[in-house]
Amino acid sequence: MILDSTLTPFIKIQQHDFDLTTEVLALRQGHKNIGAVVSFVGTVRDINEGDEVTVLELEHYPGMTEKALEKVRLEAHKRWSLEASLIIHRIGSLHPEDQIVLVVAASQHRENAFFAAQFIMDSLKTNAPFWKKETLPSGEVRWVDSRISDSEAQKRWKV
Amino acid sequence: MDNVIHILYFASFREQLGQAEERLPASYATVSELLAELAERGEYWKTVLLENQNLQIAVNHNVASRETSLKAGDEVAFFPPVTGG
Repeated sequence: MILDSTLTPFIKIQQHDFDLTTEVLALRQGHKNIGAVVSFVGTVRDINEGDEVTVLELEHYPGMTEKALEKVRLEAHKRWSLEASLIIHRIGSLHPEDQIVLVVAASQHRENAFFAAQFIMDSLKTNAPFWKKETLPSGEVRWVDSRISDSEAQKRWKV
Repeated sequence: MDNVIHILYFASFREQLGQAEERLPASYATVSELLAELAERGEYWKTVLLENQNLQIAVNHNVASRETSLKAGDEVAFFPPVTGG
């Protein structure tokens, strides 16, 4: 049986775009002890593995993806005593220059926020069930392979 | 509860196996037993799932392995390594 993962406003999986300024403002609201906010925005590149990419499709596993992201977020809170954090990941059909992912980590002092943002991104890359499929100008469609560099990046956190 | 397990296939697996989900009787003690049964369907099923060293498995939204035990009502998912972010 699947237990409902606690719904949190701090994990969003959506087709539509996001606005960094709006999201950070909303997250900071009411937290007077926040002194540092680190944000990361991942965007669609027009080149992958040496080939031009025209469309990037993102798929996820509804239910499990949210749960995996919330687990990563809570682990970051535990390690770096964050005041607030947010993960937004887009799905569906994206194009070069589009935003894909937003991670925001907020803490009292900057060091924790910097570390936490990087930890969340590294963990998301290797733990959260998302898959990318890219279309080339020739019309060829292919699934993106996972990168060894991503799992190496994750290992430094010794999870 | 129904006496079945719910199986999901994602991304390239869904395309290669030609289906996104199915229900099978809950008659497999472990993921391994289920994989062995699915591999009987043919070469594709065998190479994409059973013999795939990069096979990722989840049971009820938790990361699982071939040794994970199964019971009626479980949701089992098979997918390739993830590529988000």
